[in-house]
Amino acid sequence: MTKIAPAQLTRFPHRHLLSCEGLTAPDIGFLLDLADKAADRNRKVDKKRNILAGRTVINLFFEASTRTQASFELAGKRLGADVMNMLVASSSVQKGETLIDTAVTLNAMRPDIIVVRHHAAGAVELLSQKVDCSVVNAGDGAHQHPTQALLDALTIRRAKGRLAGLTVAICGDILHSRVARSNIALLNAMSARVRVIAPSTLLPSNPDRLGAEVYTDMWKGLADADVVMMLRLQHERMDGAYVPSSREYFHFFGLDHEKLARAKPDALIMHPGPMNRGVEIASTVADHSRSVIRDQVEMGVAVRMAVLEALSPNLPQA
Amino acid sequence: MSRTVSLPPNEKQKPSRTPQVFLNARLIDPESGRDEPGGLFVQDGLIADIGPHLRRNAPEGAAVIDCQGHVLCPGLIDAQVFTGEPGQEHRETLKTASRAAAAGGVTTMVVMPDTSPVIDQVALVDFIQRRARDNAIVHVHTMAAMTRGLGGEEMTEIGLLKRAGAIAFTNGKSSIANTRVMRNVLNYAKDFDALIVHHCEDPYLSATASMNSGEVATRLGLAGVPTVAETIVVERDVRLVEKTGSRYHASTITCGQSLEVIRAAKARGLKVSCGVSINHLTLNENDVTGYRTFFKVRPPLRHEDDRRAMVEGIASGDIDIIVSSHDPQDADVKRRPFQEAADGAAGLETLLPVALRLFHSGDVGLVQLLKAMTVNPAKLLGLHSGRLKKGAIADIILVDLNEPWVVNKDLLRSRSKNSPFDEARLQGRVLRTLVAGETVYQYAGNAASLSAV
Repeated sequence: MTKIAPAQLTRFPHRHLLSCEGLTAPDIGFLLDLADKAADRNRKVDKKRNILAGRTVINLFFEASTRTQASFELAGKRLGADVMNMLVASSSVQKGETLIDTAVTLNAMRPDIIVVRHHAAGAVELLSQKVDCSVVNAGDGAHQHPTQALLDALTIRRAKGRLAGLTVAICGDILHSRVARSNIALLNAMSARVRVIAPSTLLPSNPDRLGAEVYTDMWKGLADADVVMMLRLQHERMDGAYVPSSREYFHFFGLDHEKLARAKPDALIMHPGPMNRGVEIASTVADHSRSVIRDQVEMGVAVRMAVLEALSPNLPQA
Repeated sequence: MSRTVSLPPNEKQKPSRTPQVFLNARLIDPESGRDEPGGLFVQDGLIADIGPHLRRNAPEGAAVIDCQGHVLCPGLIDAQVFTGEPGQEHRETLKTASRAAAAGGVTTMVVMPDTSPVIDQVALVDFIQRRARDNAIVHVHTMAAMTRGLGGEEMTEIGLLKRAGAIAFTNGKSSIANTRVMRNVLNYAKDFDALIVHHCEDPYLSATASMNSGEVATRLGLAGVPTVAETIVVERDVRLVEKTGSRYHASTITCGQSLEVIRAAKARGLKVSCGVSINHLTLNENDVTGYRTFFKVRPPLRHEDDRRAMVEGIASGDIDIIVSSHDPQDADVKRRPFQEAADGAAGLETLLPVALRLFHSGDVGLVQLLKAMTVNPAKLLGLHSGRLKKGAIADIILVDLNEPWVVNKDLLRSRSKNSPFDEARLQGRVLRTLVAGETVYQYAGNAASLSAV
């Protein structure tokens, strides 16, 4: 019986990229394939194409982020777009302008794509309803961060050759993590098996309903994992409200060599960055030969190029 | 994670080399329900044999003790003992508390973290264990603080503290008002299978109060705290436990309403339990009349109806354990106007004799009464002791159920003499206490008792 391959897309069927929930395996595959090509091109001297020549991309960041913003900026420029960065601290939002007014104001300047990061879940979707251009979610509160999940998936796929059937353990502050939510959705869509590992105080309600096996014991949770994805524990969480101390956290939930040994011998070590060495990950583990943390950053630019490129055919052409 | 706790090694309690045989005893083991005449053989710190078949002949070389028909039962396990070590050793040290314990038939005491500094760090759990190992003549376990400094805000390192030997976690005498903090602690503790023990008293309702709210308080002109201040917190905690699935113990309930909440929670299959202090089983708010500060305790002594509800709770088994709530306070802090006096009553040495009042009055069967002070606390805390059976550690007491005596607080071994049972006429006393087969207390007769052997 011949296996029927999923339909190959020739065009990305969405106007915005707001969330990993709602993306199908063909959608994701389409973006990853584009990103693969971008990654290869990025290793050459001439990285530039002009597929977005004449287009305007605005990076609208209500929450500061050097690496994600830089990643999107490079992505736009390598595709030939005019890229403008806007950080809220220096904008009229500080003067009390509402999110909607900011969106409408920017929209009047006729950008083609707006990349938005905001501290409130749902804010990016709200903004997308008020503009004529395409919107990319660069992170909305604890909700979603789709390009992070895409670059994580690309990193895994390039290292392992596939996503389906792999056991991916996501460890850390799942409760507050948009990276976790996006990854759980995307990995499930690609038929991987997802586990979340965290103390109960850092788990949301019903994580199993999102499609992840829940572990509060990291030794058990890492058993035979193919990929170990560590999340950053913010300092505010370590002061005794969610977790008593970074010392206790590292002892029971930090990735050290002893716990890493429970995963498969060829398991990948991942982290979205920035890392707290000695809190969620031991320094030597972060620099381990199986750590692909630097690859993640490299794939980040490629994936963002792919997303911008994939959205561009859906932009007004006339 | 394993729930059982291994005892810290105690050099003072080296198992007696001479085997001992106890003959002509009334053997009571609350776990199995055994209540029959017989004997017991102790060797190498363990109960080597027990039963009615041990009647006459002792193995050669064994020391023989004729129990004269008195009760031989497991040593008591007291799950709530306050001391002043570290920080206020003038009130009580682990050593002096252990002597009081031995004289009272308490072979295991669980000490609270309300010290100075608070036991909220691994190093301090270690301190208590080492001090106890070197100075205490009974087994000592530590309950560590569940929030830093008992402040009720920041969680302590429950995982590491449990690994260091903390047997359970509590906020001491202070009740956690912040619901979010309580929820987080319960949630976090569950991952480590750590037992949370909570003193239930709404701080806003009880802040300025010094006794139970009611007619007596009104007549005395004292601010009172109503029982609802306790029940509200028990109910809140039970609902949080329902959400988190943790193990929870209400340390000292004092009224029928609170007991109803616990009973209903158990019926729903929740892992909850409760304890009552000996004071709330045998005293009531009327004892405060005359502004006698030895009767000022927290939670306060309640109305007689609630005392009776507590007694019925022990008889029915709905209340799991009895604790002494031993809280030594020196004369200076007690010899003050009632509302300014410190709360707390000494009670280690009188725990069993006072508890026997409930037996002598016919309110609670003897085995049931002893169960609440032996195997029930043992199971709650994951201890192997509290049982009188072959292979168990020889933590044993010999008890005369009937000897009448009058308490003289100055003869009590606690460094502090704040006993509400001073001058009380009691019936029954401990004749002998063995810890790991070693006799640590022996009653010398009607003359003033000698100190521990």
